[in-house]
Amino acid sequence: MALKFTRNIRQFFIELGELSYFAGRFFRESVKPPFEFKELLRQCYQMGNRSLVLVLVTSFIIGLVLDLQSRPTMEQFGAVSMMPNMVGISIVRELGPVITALVCAGRIASGIGAELGSMRVTEQIDAMEVSGTNPFKYLVVTRVMATTLMLPLLVILGDGLALYGSALVEYFKGAVSFELYFNTVFNALSYGDLIPATVKTFFFGFAIGLVGCYKGYYCKKGTAGVGIAANTAVVFTSMVLFVIDFVAVFISDIFYEL
Amino acid sequence: MKKQENITTIKKDSRTEREVIIDIRDLYKSFGKVRVLNGFNLRLHKGENLVVMGKSGSGKSVMIKCLIGLIKPDSGYISVMNNEIKTLNRDTLDILRSDIGFLFQGSALYDSMTVRENLEFPMRRHKKRLGLVSDTTPMVLEALESVGLAHAIDLMPAELSGGMKRRVALARTLILKPKIILYDEPTSGLDPITSKEIIELMLSIQAKYGTSSLIITHDVDCARVISDRMILLVDGINYAEGTYEELITSTDPKVEAFFKK
Ligand SMILES: Nc1ncnc2c1ncn2[C@@H]1O[C@H](COP(=O)(O)OP(=O)(O)O)[C@@H](O)[C@H]1O
Ligand SMILES: [Mg+2]
Repeated sequence: MALKFTRNIRQFFIELGELSYFAGRFFRESVKPPFEFKELLRQCYQMGNRSLVLVLVTSFIIGLVLDLQSRPTMEQFGAVSMMPNMVGISIVRELGPVITALVCAGRIASGIGAELGSMRVTEQIDAMEVSGTNPFKYLVVTRVMATTLMLPLLVILGDGLALYGSALVEYFKGAVSFELYFNTVFNALSYGDLIPATVKTFFFGFAIGLVGCYKGYYCKKGTAGVGIAANTAVVFTSMVLFVIDFVAVFISDIFYEL
Repeated sequence: MKKQENITTIKKDSRTEREVIIDIRDLYKSFGKVRVLNGFNLRLHKGENLVVMGKSGSGKSVMIKCLIGLIKPDSGYISVMNNEIKTLNRDTLDILRSDIGFLFQGSALYDSMTVRENLEFPMRRHKKRLGLVSDTTPMVLEALESVGLAHAIDLMPAELSGGMKRRVALARTLILKPKIILYDEPTSGLDPITSKEIIELMLSIQAKYGTSSLIITHDVDCARVISDRMILLVDGINYAEGTYEELITSTDPKVEAFFKK
C-alpha cells in the first residue's frame, strides 16, 4: 500500500517533468509560422460548444446550493445581510474557477485525450506529418491555445450564473432584490479578488489543454491506449489544477500582505 | 491481368541498368531492449514493384517509417531519390515527401473531415510551391475518379466501408502525383474480393502514373500478383531476395514457411 503510494507520487513527478518538456515544445512551436488560425477558431468554438451548458448548469446549482447551505449559519450570527458578500467572494475567488476548471477537465481534457489518442493509434498523426503539416502545430498548439483562451470566458459566464443562483435564493428567502444583491456583491469585490482569480483561469485552461494533448499525443498503441489516455487525462489534469490553484493562492496571498 | 505479367517480364530484363530510387543500407533500430531491425538492406529501382514480406511484428512498418522519416533509425544509410533522409531539415523533407505517397495500414483517414477535406489536406502545404489553383475540386475529383469513388466526395470516413476507406486513402496518396508509393499492408483487414480490387487498382495506378512502389504485405496472393521482386524480412534482416517464382521453389525452411498454406 505504502509502496504503491510512493510509486504513484514518483510517477506523478516523472510525468510532471515530461509535461514541462511538452510545454516547452508548445512554446517553441507556437511562435513559429505558419499559424493555423482557422483551426484555432474551430477549436475555440468546439471547446465552448462542448462545455458551455455543462458549466452553466453546474455553476448555477453551486450558487444555489452554496447560498442555501450557508444561510442558516449566517442567520445564527445575525449576518444574513452579509450573504451576498460571502457567496460572491467565495464564488469569484475560488469556487467558480475551480469548479468550471474541473468540469472542463472532465469534458475537454478527456475529449482531447481520446481524440488525439485515437488519431495516434490509427496513424492519422503520422499521415499529417507525412503530408507536410506539422501535427504538433495543427493539433496541439491550436487546442492548447483554444482552452487557454476559452476557459476564462467560461469561468466568467459560470461565475455569473452561480451568482444568479445565489441571488435567486436571497430573493425568495430573504426578500433581497436583484439590484441590491448584485450591488452588494460588486461593492464587496475588489481588484485584488478579480485579477488573481482571472489570471489563474488562464493557467487552468492552459493545463487542461496541455495535459489532454500530452496524454493523447503520446497514447500507447492499441484501442486500450485510447481509453487510458482519456481517463488519465482527467485524473492528471485535476491534480495539476489543484497544484496550480495552491500556487496561485499562495502567490496572491503574498501580494495581499505587501 | 495477363498484360500486366508481360510488362513485368520486360522490366525484369532491364532491371540491372535502372536507376536506384530508394537505397537502404545496414538499417538498425531497437526499441528498448527489443532489436527490430538488425542490418536491413533494400534497393528499389525506378518503375519497379518491390514487395517486402515478413511476419506480423517483424518490423516492416518500422522499416517503412524510417524510410519516410517518421522514425529515427539507430544507424544506417537511407536515401530516397539521392537525398539522404538524415541530412534533410523539415522543409526539404516535406518537399521530398510530396513526391512520396504513403498508404497507411489502417487507411488513416482523418475522421473529423469529409472525403474532400481529406484529399485537400496534403495540398495545403504545397499549394504555393506547386502553383496549384485555389479551386482544388477538379484535382480532388480526378483522384477520386481514379479509384472509382467520385460520388463519395462529401461523405465522412465513418460512412464508408473498409474497402472504400482504403480507396479514398489511396486517392489521397495520389493527389500530389507522387513518384514513389509506399504501401503498408494495402490489403490487411479486407475481404478477399475487396483485396483483389485494391490490388488491381494498385496495378492500374502503376500503369497510369508510372510510379515505383514499395509494398509491404504478408498476403502471399497479393505478393504473387504485384511483385517484380520480393524481399523476405526475417529476424531484422533481408533474409531472402528474388522473384516470386525463385522464392517459392526455395528449400530454406524459413522461406518455405512463408508460402505454406
Ligand atoms: N513506437 C514503438 N515503440 C516501441 N516498440 C515499437 C514501436 N513501434 C513498433 N514497435 C515494435 O517493433 C516491432 C515491429 O513492429 P511493426 O514494424 O509495426 O511490425 P509489422 O511488421 O507487423 O509492421 C513490434 O514488436 C513492435 O512492438
Ligand atoms: Mg505493420
